[in-house]
Amino acid sequence: MSGASLPRWVVAIAVVGGLFVVLPLAALALRVDWPRFVPLVTSESAQAALLLSLRTSLTAAFLCVVVGVPMALVLARTAFRGQRLVRSLVLLPLVLPPVVGGIALLYTFGRRGLLGSSLHALGVDIAFSTTAVVMSQAFVALPFLVLSLEGALRSAGTRYEAVGATLGAGRWTVLRRITLPLVLPSLVSGVVLSFARALGEFGATLTFAGSLQGTTRTLPLEVYLQRETDPDAAVALSLILVGVAIAVVGVAHRVRPLGVSAMPLIRPASERDPVR
Amino acid sequence: MRTRRSRFRLLALAAPVVVVLAAGCGGNVPAGGGTERTGDAVDGAITVFAAASLTVPFTDLAARFEEAHPGADVTLTFAGSSDLATQITEGAPADVFASADTRNLDRVEAAGLLAGDAVRFATNTLELAVPSGNPAGISSLADAARPGVKTVVCAQQVPCGAVTAQVEEAADVDLTPVSEESSVTDVLGKVVSGEADAGLVYVTDVRAAGNAVLGIPLPEAAGAVTTYPIAALADSEDTATAQAFVDYVLGADGRAVLGAAGFGAP
Repeated sequence: MSGASLPRWVVAIAVVGGLFVVLPLAALALRVDWPRFVPLVTSESAQAALLLSLRTSLTAAFLCVVVGVPMALVLARTAFRGQRLVRSLVLLPLVLPPVVGGIALLYTFGRRGLLGSSLHALGVDIAFSTTAVVMSQAFVALPFLVLSLEGALRSAGTRYEAVGATLGAGRWTVLRRITLPLVLPSLVSGVVLSFARALGEFGATLTFAGSLQGTTRTLPLEVYLQRETDPDAAVALSLILVGVAIAVVGVAHRVRPLGVSAMPLIRPASERDPVR
Repeated sequence: MRTRRSRFRLLALAAPVVVVLAAGCGGNVPAGGGTERTGDAVDGAITVFAAASLTVPFTDLAARFEEAHPGADVTLTFAGSSDLATQITEGAPADVFASADTRNLDRVEAAGLLAGDAVRFATNTLELAVPSGNPAGISSLADAARPGVKTVVCAQQVPCGAVTAQVEEAADVDLTPVSEESSVTDVLGKVVSGEADAGLVYVTDVRAAGNAVLGIPLPEAAGAVTTYPIAALADSEDTATAQAFVDYVLGADGRAVLGAAGFGAP
């Protein structure tokens, strides 16, 4: 190991911490009933849950991009009174227990909720629908995208945008040709992270959307339910989610180096040659 | 996942008697199962794993038990019966297990973890719960099966869902629920919030929810009764206190408190 300047006890504690994270995953893998693994994860209910999870998480990630990119741009490129407060509020779902988010959504879009009663009068019922699942997921996933994108926008700075503007580019052109390409890797990793968060959503979905096979019972809810009667199925499905999580983390980490090789401009400010 | 809200003695604030009692033992540090006890004295610290539906009566009973046996300290852990059974078979330190169904207690027995025989101590039946005001005008199980009525039930995998299936069969009604929840409290929550027009829950849940929901008794539910068994556990470090608590639940006080919460006699 290089960098041996650290005290040994720091390394020792770090190893213990690493084991604390890795050991439970290993224990999970050890409990898998391998001969039954394929039948367990391809059962009708498991497939329905997996498909629903993928569908809703992708939709939620898309929604996060649609509203999250403008939010990040406004937070990073404008200054207004109360901006810090707004940022804190937007990031709140990140630290809020998801079940609290679910209750909040219920009291907003539920049948007797703030907006829900008007929606209900219009014939729109959100609770118990797949829409409710997507909303729960987008609610908890949005801060991931806004946070990673806003940070990238701030560290990228406004120099190139200013140059573009002096060369006669309009606001939309600057945004499209300079700002967004600059932060593309962060946008991609933000999308991947918000997708992952949406995939793992449990508390808000359970509270707000309910649980019905093919409609609202996503993979985490299926795991929770299977655990009641068939712990082996719950373990097998859990392992699928662990696999997806590992893939997601891998992608999110890979995105930046790939982006750098493709576009020299978008290296983080810290790596940029100060002379150039 | 481990649920241990009980240490806070959640409902200890409910009855003035309990408040006095709590003040009395405020200085006591729970023994936490340190020393092995062999005597017959009922003055040890025990942990009782009880089904979530027993939260109200067992909180009350534990306080009364502590009052009757100075020195005894009961820690309550409430969760779904299958969660508790899994925790016990995985080695969680518990002295008494009170399950909401026989199946989960049988699992613990099959693992050889019971100190003696399990005894049935209460019964529960299903009822239709509707939000206060009954917006969908439900008066029977058939009404809950009408198209457009949002009915929520327990999933088949959990005990209340298995009973729901029996009731549906007895009533010859085929429900098309908008949601199959993994716990009866989730079903109740959907009814209390008014999201659902009707939900199948236990009589005791309707009683505990107070004015938030209206209970509609189901004649078809009489044939599908849920039985609650209780047993002291083999790994208990204080079998005398554990057995005394089981006996207390089975005794007159237990009967009275459970009856007041809506539980039937086995």
